[in-house]
Amino acid sequence: MSLNNQSKLGGRQPMSLLEDQLRISGFGEVALGYTEEQAIAEAKRCLQCKKPLCQQGCPVNIDIKDFIGLIAEGKFSEACEKIKEKNSLPAVCGRVCPQEEQCEIKCIVGIKGEAVAIGRLERFVADHVMSMEREKVDCAIQAGKKVAVVGSGPAGLACASELAKLCYDVTMYEAFHEPGGVLMYGIPQFRLPKEIVKEEVEFLRQIGVKIECNVIIGKTLTIDDLFAMGFEAVFLGTGAGLPYFLGIEGENLNGVYSANEFLTRVNLMRAYKFPEYRTPVHVGNRVAVVGAGNVAMDAARTAKRLGAEVHIIYRRSEEEMPARKEEIEHAKEEEIQFQTLSNPLRLIGDDKGYVTGIVCEKMELGEPDSSGRRRPQPIPNSEFTIDIDTLVVAVGQGPNPIVTQATPELQVNKWGNIIVDEQTGATSIPGVYAGGDVVTGAATVIKAMGAGKIAAVGIHDYLIAKE
Amino acid sequence: MFKVLRKKVLSDTGNDRVVLLDIEAPLVAKKHQPGHFIMLRIDEKGERIPLTIADTNLETGAVTIIAQEVGITSKQLGRLEAGDYILDFVGPLGQAAHYPEHKHVVCIGGGLGVAPLYPEVKHLHEIDSHVTTIIGARTKEILILEEEMRKHSHQFYVATDDGSYGTKGFVTTVLQQMIDDQQPVDLVIAIGPIPMMKAVANLTRQYNIKTLVSLNSLMVDGTGMCGACRVTVGGETKFTCIDGPEFDGHLVDFDEQMRRLNMYKDKEKSALALEGCGGVGRCH
Ligand SMILES: Cc1cc2nc3c(=O)[nH]c(=O)nc-3n(C[C@H](O)[C@H](O)[C@H](O)COP(=O)(O)OP(=O)(O)OC[C@H]3O[C@@H](n4cnc5c(N)ncnc54)[C@H](O)[C@@H]3O)c2cc1C
Ligand SMILES: Cc1cc2nc3c(=O)[nH]c(=O)nc-3n(C[C@H](O)[C@H](O)[C@H](O)COP(=O)(O)OP(=O)(O)OC[C@H]3O[C@@H](n4cnc5c(N)ncnc54)[C@H](O)[C@@H]3O)c2cc1C
Ligand code: SF4
Ligand code: SF4
Ligand code: FES
Ligand SMILES: [Mg+2]
Repeated sequence: MSLNNQSKLGGRQPMSLLEDQLRISGFGEVALGYTEEQAIAEAKRCLQCKKPLCQQGCPVNIDIKDFIGLIAEGKFSEACEKIKEKNSLPAVCGRVCPQEEQCEIKCIVGIKGEAVAIGRLERFVADHVMSMEREKVDCAIQAGKKVAVVGSGPAGLACASELAKLCYDVTMYEAFHEPGGVLMYGIPQFRLPKEIVKEEVEFLRQIGVKIECNVIIGKTLTIDDLFAMGFEAVFLGTGAGLPYFLGIEGENLNGVYSANEFLTRVNLMRAYKFPEYRTPVHVGNRVAVVGAGNVAMDAARTAKRLGAEVHIIYRRSEEEMPARKEEIEHAKEEEIQFQTLSNPLRLIGDDKGYVTGIVCEKMELGEPDSSGRRRPQPIPNSEFTIDIDTLVVAVGQGPNPIVTQATPELQVNKWGNIIVDEQTGATSIPGVYAGGDVVTGAATVIKAMGAGKIAAVGIHDYLIAKE
Repeated sequence: MFKVLRKKVLSDTGNDRVVLLDIEAPLVAKKHQPGHFIMLRIDEKGERIPLTIADTNLETGAVTIIAQEVGITSKQLGRLEAGDYILDFVGPLGQAAHYPEHKHVVCIGGGLGVAPLYPEVKHLHEIDSHVTTIIGARTKEILILEEEMRKHSHQFYVATDDGSYGTKGFVTTVLQQMIDDQQPVDLVIAIGPIPMMKAVANLTRQYNIKTLVSLNSLMVDGTGMCGACRVTVGGETKFTCIDGPEFDGHLVDFDEQMRRLNMYKDKEKSALALEGCGGVGRCH
């Protein structure tokens, strides 16, 4: 165990990290979490502001000041309850939220020094209380109105949990064989242990949510079927599950994966334990990952753990990388090579159809474009080739089309995202609500959860008005 | 959990066992249309594999699948008996096949392609198309579903490579004969090994006969989420699981498909060897 980013006087409590060598030889969690002493010390750095700006930065408006105050007093269970009033997945969000651009960026302590480590504290209480007795919902006198939740990612989980607490009879339908959405098939074990996701799902079951895996809405059952089965409202949290490719020559060569496929094979299907687990994955000695978001970092760090030398290829410079700083740091510590200002042009393969190289051109940054980011331009005659056995394409994804194709009345925008009323989550079909990545395009866990909660309230209001 | 209601061995030559299983999955049965497939995972450590829905029974909620034992998962499937359970079974997936009013449809099945062809033949027969069926196999012993096919076809031919039954030669030998005999053909549906589908498409292209083929790309989720199943059709990348599995045979890049199907050949062999089934046929 090593203590990275040593605490300076007044700096935040450091997070213990798994040593680099231990990391890349396995899938153990990298960030190890605070001890009780560390958590209390960190909580005491909070100034308990009169106007806690931090709270405004949190998409679900957690009472950050109060929960941190409770930690400082050593009241961990109470702190957890405080968080749970607003966020049902603190163990997840404490780990994967982009805190540094949400709650922590607003923290007053952060103006002169390092912001209070809100995310780490949130994770600490969640982990601490995880093993303890969890809240019970008493719905003995529930009205029993049936609501269907489609998709079990963060949006669906949050919506189902809110509705269950309001005493609805909730059934969650999931296409895959395991619930959790991207938390299960996308984000790797070393960043978000699957046991945590399973625990959260188990909690939903405890509060009465029925979970039906292996049901694809739009195929196995349609939205009309759900209404015919007695559901009075439906929430769609089907996520952004349609991978984009680069559209360059050679992209269908063997060994070229979408990040979704690569991560699903390794995470959900446990290909890293092949052949004990029977899903194979092709990695080889050299892997390139195109893109520089969280998804790209996850794919790169996963490939590293499977024994490869890994290159990240990105068109712009490191400054523009959309991934969380922490993830970029971890990737660097794990000796992932960054090939910035490089634009993939085409792939080369051998006579058996396996990819052997990626041809790129060098880029330079020109004038800022409409998004304010400096536009990368190719440098003439700057082509170069990186030898690879595997390429992972992580350049974003669109909404999965299955539900919308099967439900033509459902209004979507030109990218296929479902159009909703932002205040309620209502779609163009009465009684059908939506939220999360399927509405916004690929975003964050906490935003998807926020949207799930808004829709739960929207559904509640709709069902009351209907009576 | 999904219960195995019935199991039948359709052919057994020592190496190429073909088994039929009825799986209790009433929701899937209810929504099934020709062209659809399912994905299944046998147990916790299993991989997800796609199989065509061969038939359904709305009364018992049974979905019939027919699997050729080619590797570890299909062999494991072949070891199941009535009363056993499989962990995951999801569908129906893929685009249903839609046939316009055609006068004469020639349905060609090669090897295991006969199984997925069966519901289409049945359907075409029901909507009063004139159905000609040609099934092909290496040898007589491994022919499957002959009686069922015959029942729903107006004309029925068999071709075997070794001439042990029907016409000696390939399915294309029979098709060529029909074309030479000036039999008008409006649509050809070909399902089978890639080389067979490619040969059929090459033949019908010369006579401008519309040809649909059903692809068996590698799949992981079967819902459009991963892109494992990509195929080039008319120069464009398509996902077999959501855009297919049927495509215009004249536009499919068969060579690319062939290469993609072989992607994990080495790993598949080593997995099978570890199970103690390496090359020696089945493991019981
Ligand atoms: C690799 C990766 C890393 C990421 N890292 C971070 C991070 O560090 N921090 C962060 O905040 N965000 C991160 N994100 C983004 C975040 O995970 C997503 O924004 C979030 O999961 C969206 O939640 P959702 O509920 O809308 O959809 P999803 O999590 O995508 O869940 C949708 C679920 O619906 C199911 N489904 C789809 N269609 C159907 C259907 N027709 N019927 C039934 N079920 C269906 C899917 O199988 C899936 O389980 C990451 C994403 C990826 C892919
Ligand atoms: C839409 C569709 C419908 C199909 N219908 C049938 C059917 O009705 N009956 C039948 O016997 N087979 C069918 N297949 C093929 C079947 O999925 C493979 O034979 C099976 O996955 C082999 O798995 P295995 O572990 O036994 O063999 P392996 O040793 O793992 O593989 C043997 C060969 O099967 C193919 N294959 C392997 N894994 C997959 C996978 N995940 N997805 C697709 N193909 C794979 C590859 O070509 C591989 O070389 C279908 C495939 C598709 C895509
Ligand atoms: S949920 Fe995310 S944004 Fe909100 S307080 Fe927790 S870490 Fe910060
Ligand atoms: S802004 Fe910072 S110091 Fe103030 S209450 Fe929030 S966490 Fe504490
Ligand atoms: S199997 Fe994953 S997209 Fe088709
Ligand atoms: Mg296999």
